[in-house]
Amino acid sequence: MDYQSHSDLGGERGQGRVIHESEGALFHAPWERQALGLTLAMGATGAWNLDMSRSARETLPDYRSLSYYDIWMTALESLLIERGWVGRDEIVAGRMLHPARSGLTVLRAADVPALLAKGSPTQRPPTAPARFAVGEEVRLRANAVIHHTRLPGYARGKIGRIDQLRGVHVFADARAQGLGEQPNWLYTVVFTGRELWGDDADQGQRVSIDAWEPYLEPLS
Amino acid sequence: MSHGHLTHERSELAEMDLRVRALQTVLEEKGYIDPAALDVLIDSYETKIGPRNGARVVAKSWADPDFRRWLLEDATAAIASLGYAGRQGEHMVAVENTESRHNLVVCTLCSCYPWPVLGLPPTWYKSAPYRARAVKDPRGVLADFGVTLPDSTEIRVWDSTAEVRYLVIPRRPSGSENLLEEQLAVLVTRDSMVGTGLPIAPDGA
Repeated sequence: MDYQSHSDLGGERGQGRVIHESEGALFHAPWERQALGLTLAMGATGAWNLDMSRSARETLPDYRSLSYYDIWMTALESLLIERGWVGRDEIVAGRMLHPARSGLTVLRAADVPALLAKGSPTQRPPTAPARFAVGEEVRLRANAVIHHTRLPGYARGKIGRIDQLRGVHVFADARAQGLGEQPNWLYTVVFTGRELWGDDADQGQRVSIDAWEPYLEPLS
Repeated sequence: MSHGHLTHERSELAEMDLRVRALQTVLEEKGYIDPAALDVLIDSYETKIGPRNGARVVAKSWADPDFRRWLLEDATAAIASLGYAGRQGEHMVAVENTESRHNLVVCTLCSCYPWPVLGLPPTWYKSAPYRARAVKDPRGVLADFGVTLPDSTEIRVWDSTAEVRYLVIPRRPSGSENLLEEQLAVLVTRDSMVGTGLPIAPDGA
């Protein structure tokens, strides 16, 4: 089995300037609005979870060449097809060719404000004490995994310090694979720029990630 | 050549437009989506949920020391007290800029961003250059935004890799001592709450 994420960009060389945009610029074409609406509305049906949709996006072979909302659209189409909600022939035809499947919670207009205000909290009550304490040094898992993960490549195998405990949260790696929530302690782990990038890094630079306990190993 | 480029862009636009319409039609016919819900979703992020929410949070933290303490201790609750909560802001953390430390927020893996207080992320936040460089060369990224900080300032980058969302509390600009909360909010830019900008200096300062 192979898993290839194309979205792990932190530290990548050869990237150019950041092009700024004013506060009001949200969409660049009307279809982007609809792509946002469709993605959020389908996300609310329970056909998949947020980690599954992130996984669908990051594994698109042409992730790097697509615009942002094109990534959303393409991932939405593949989630619908792969999970059997819509046929590829229907997407091509632009109309329904097979009966709808039941089992979705359709998002109604009247329920949108409450849905957005509630969100989907990922924090869960702890069932075990945290393994690591603030100030402790830890090493981040070095090996690659063959599934969705939220451990960025630039932090793999690096030594950081526990900066904060963030409580117990749904484990993205598990939920993306449909393995349930498997809640784990989440930590903010901080690194020096030099640990991540070598001696050229700015002396006063610190970078943190939020890492679940299974990403962390004790130093000794 | 420029004409050809334009034509190409137009046809790409038309193609995406058709593709989105086609999918929407299928999903409507199947009864998976309610088109009226789509309109409310889009309208929420175009008119209600945006960076002016965050600006109000920051302005209140500048004007009210008790609120500032609460915000730094339990940002989710403090922000919810102003009516901003929920999707992509379920677990908020506020990080304060000081004379010795400047905070910068990024999501190198996708585009995680605190929606209830800042709205939808801007294109640059989702772009490869920002995501690639913010963690490695934050001073260079700040320079792209026209921001230069003293060498002695520590730059602290927060990579939003889980469901915690970060809001930067910029430093209150000098010359703003006599302003009211509503006037302070005007000085707070979206970029200053991501860490790529500084608040606007008040008139006459």
